Amino acid sequence: MAGTVLFFLFAGFAIACAVSMVYHRNPLYSAISLIGVFLALAALYLTLAAPFIAITQILVYAGAIMVLVIFVIMLLNLDEDKPLNRLKYLYAVGGGLGVALLAQTFFIFYAVLKAPKAEVDPNTTVGKTMSIGRAMYTEYLLPVEIVGVMLLMAIIGAVILVRKMEHPHLELVGEDEDEKE
Amino acid sequence: MQPGLESYLALSGILFTIGAVGVVYKRNAIGMFMCIELMLNAVNLTFVAFSRYYGDVSGQLFVFMVMSVAAAEAAVGLGIIIAFFRNRLSVDVDDASILKF
Repeated sequence: MAGTVLFFLFAGFAIACAVSMVYHRNPLYSAISLIGVFLALAALYLTLAAPFIAITQILVYAGAIMVLVIFVIMLLNLDEDKPLNRLKYLYAVGGGLGVALLAQTFFIFYAVLKAPKAEVDPNTTVGKTMSIGRAMYTEYLLPVEIVGVMLLMAIIGAVILVRKMEHPHLELVGEDEDEKE
Repeated sequence: MQPGLESYLALSGILFTIGAVGVVYKRNAIGMFMCIELMLNAVNLTFVAFSRYYGDVSGQLFVFMVMSVAAAEAAVGLGIIIAFFRNRLSVDVDDASILKF
């Protein structure tokens, strides 16, 4: 019973924060709402007996990624979005996409509801840090190494992207031709 | 007593839907970026729920990989946004139309 109450509490909080994130025009409010979603999902991971993933969620998402996002928002001094004047067909595309995905979600909900129940073993050690560490450094060693290389590539790419070039090599072709004439 | 697998899948689907619709509706590059993070998190919830209900640790390893990809995406994506802001003094995706016919 308590598990159900906790699930609906945190699920409602997550959905409310997600809607608030899409609704708000101010990027800072969106970022704070997104942190609420991350915290609610971390609590849900705890109810799913995955403490390592829950702590990693808070450390990596709420701690590192969102701090980076808020830092960029502050750095660029973004103000509120202008009122929507995008192409009209985007509203139809967004609405159609939302309806299709929601229909799929309810189809999956009923399909899994009708399917034979998967019983949870109460003595399972799947979510414990020890079992994750053992799997990570034996069975999944190669993917973990590849992830390490990918993070290195991301660091180098970010540094090269943000580096300030004194003499930009890319110039508009049209302006160049005008100067010659 | 715990809610069944289908409840977690439904929550994940709803969060993914909100993220996908947000990517289409937002015009701010940082807002789109945050919607993508929300979609990645919805998928993570699915992985953890399946890992719990089928007693397999692979799902949680995959969550770890997804988080690493999200971190790399944050670094590179925000780098692109800053480089774009330097050129155009805006993060509006509608201003990034120089490659349009």
